[in-house]
Amino acid sequence: MESLALLIAATFNAGTVLAIAALGLLISEKSGIVNLGAEGMMLCAAIAGFAAVVHTGNDWVGFVAGMAAGAGLAAIFGVLVIWLNTNQYATGLALSLFGAGFSAFVGVKYVQEKLPPRPSFAIPGLSDIPFIGPALFKQHPLAYVAIALALAIIWFLFKTRAGLVLRSVGESPESAHSLGYPVRRIRLLAVMFGGAMCGLSGAYLSVIYTPLWVEGMVSGKGWIALALTTFATWRPLRVLFGAYLFGGVTMMQFHLQSQGVDIPSQLLSMAPYVATIVVLALISRNPAWIRINMPASMGKPFYPGS
Amino acid sequence: MLKLEARPQASKLWGIGSPLLALVITVIIGVAIFMLMGKDPVKGLLVFFWEPVKSGYALSELAVKATPLLLIALGLAVCFRSNVWNIGAEGQFVLGAVTAGGVALLADKSTGPWIIPLILLAGVLGGMLWAGIVALLRDRFNASEILVSLMLVYVAELVLSYMVYGPWKDPNGFNFPQSKNFEKVTQIPKLLDGTRMNVGLLIALFGAVGMWIFMFRTYGGFQLQVGGLAPAAAKYAGFSSRRALWTALLVSGGMAGLAGALEVAGPIGQLTPYVPAGYGFAAIIVAFVGRLNPIGIVFSAILMSMFYIGGELAQSRLGLPKSLTGVFQGLLLFTLLACDTLIAYKIKFSRSAGSQ
Repeated sequence: MESLALLIAATFNAGTVLAIAALGLLISEKSGIVNLGAEGMMLCAAIAGFAAVVHTGNDWVGFVAGMAAGAGLAAIFGVLVIWLNTNQYATGLALSLFGAGFSAFVGVKYVQEKLPPRPSFAIPGLSDIPFIGPALFKQHPLAYVAIALALAIIWFLFKTRAGLVLRSVGESPESAHSLGYPVRRIRLLAVMFGGAMCGLSGAYLSVIYTPLWVEGMVSGKGWIALALTTFATWRPLRVLFGAYLFGGVTMMQFHLQSQGVDIPSQLLSMAPYVATIVVLALISRNPAWIRINMPASMGKPFYPGS
Repeated sequence: MLKLEARPQASKLWGIGSPLLALVITVIIGVAIFMLMGKDPVKGLLVFFWEPVKSGYALSELAVKATPLLLIALGLAVCFRSNVWNIGAEGQFVLGAVTAGGVALLADKSTGPWIIPLILLAGVLGGMLWAGIVALLRDRFNASEILVSLMLVYVAELVLSYMVYGPWKDPNGFNFPQSKNFEKVTQIPKLLDGTRMNVGLLIALFGAVGMWIFMFRTYGGFQLQVGGLAPAAAKYAGFSSRRALWTALLVSGGMAGLAGALEVAGPIGQLTPYVPAGYGFAAIIVAFVGRLNPIGIVFSAILMSMFYIGGELAQSRLGLPKSLTGVFQGLLLFTLLACDTLIAYKIKFSRSAGSQ
């Protein structure tokens, strides 16, 4: 029982990394922009956050540094794809490749660094409940922020005027433009929000989750987060659910190893990647299902006034 | 206030000028990085642009690194021209290296040189298998080839890791995760004594010629390009988009697998966890910088090879991290994409400060 509670807690923790990034990417995609640079932004944010904590000793400075790094890179990406109409896929890829190189370059000095002792968290009262306490209520505050973020995004997208405008920009930028909305600026803000959330996720990874800096440490989580938005057919709650599911797949390998299951570790480590491929294939199997839910202008450039 | 004005026709001049301008901007940023790191920028530039070409041996090393980049980028050019986004060439390269390495490990003292074509064939098939999974899932399940091909990179690296930690680990290797050294007979024939250049370079150059003929002089290549540029037109003409998908992925997977085979049976000579060197990702940049054109790709492969060698020298001579290579690669693609705007647009300076 106790090991099950720990497994649930670890799943919650791992899912948080994916959830924050994927929810950010969801907003970006709702505005019509696919940012394949998620992996690169997360890597740069991971080292930015880690370095900030090494120098200041304050985790929250690290999170802010990560968000700033993510939003900054997303802004560069955004200017290229939104104003210069560069290909979204190629530009995102450039960001991922640049981020991998740049984070490794900057991070060399921090490979051996250690963070101050990591505090442990517990919600008073709730964390004392047997089983449920250790499973759910001993997480870092950001784990609960992820849930709040999903709820806030639902409220924003479906209950506010700004959310409606954002969705209309993603569905039909031409119509939004002719109604007088600044399509490009709205898209830039959405992309930067996506970058900031990828940044927060990357900083969480290096400051709380691991907590270390290792070259390439995001190891595909940015790409899995991108896949999650498709899995979830761009619905925030499904993104959250998918993130925990994949957190569970990631954690299952450690659990199986600790149970002494005799499977080579490499095969277990493949699980999240193979699971991503399998789920992606199953969800995408019905093209109509994807087409109905996908923001209609996603991936396509927009030329105002043409 | 800067303003973009659409050109009536794409500029041919900027088609060639854009990569050069991107390189100039990347170099300027590079100089700034050297200065920020407190290094002499002249020394830095020499390491990247003079050392790799200053002697016959240096040139041969340049060719050694350019070979896999050229092979993979040629295949990717076919993919990108068909609008198929295979970004997992790294995985296809690694799996080609694994299958080729598996064949190379079968060789013993009595094996003849006939093993070499088998090794290369195994590499091609390995790469095709890995890309074939992507094609199958895209074709049958409509799954994004971008995400599937990328996820398979991680899987391929884990397959390699499993083999060198497990079944193929050298029993006399002091427990290092590596296979035994391949038999001498499996070594890809060298072009010149005293260098590491091998026939892989010739294969890659023939590949460039073959690619040019295929893309620009055959009906099959034409169909692929129409499908990439104007899917609706291709459909109207009755060109099969499914066949284009499979062709593009199998060609690029096969080329990447071949590059993997040539690496393990050539300069590396055994399987280790260090087989993946990022060539599959760098080749994406090579393909774009070379304008998806075989001749351009030859030049951009040489340029990218300079980045690799320069990065290694910057580490040993200037004490800078080797990952500088990755920074420059990413910067080059970024600036290239920005400069490509000049192909379709003119920049106008207008005095009115209106927005958009």
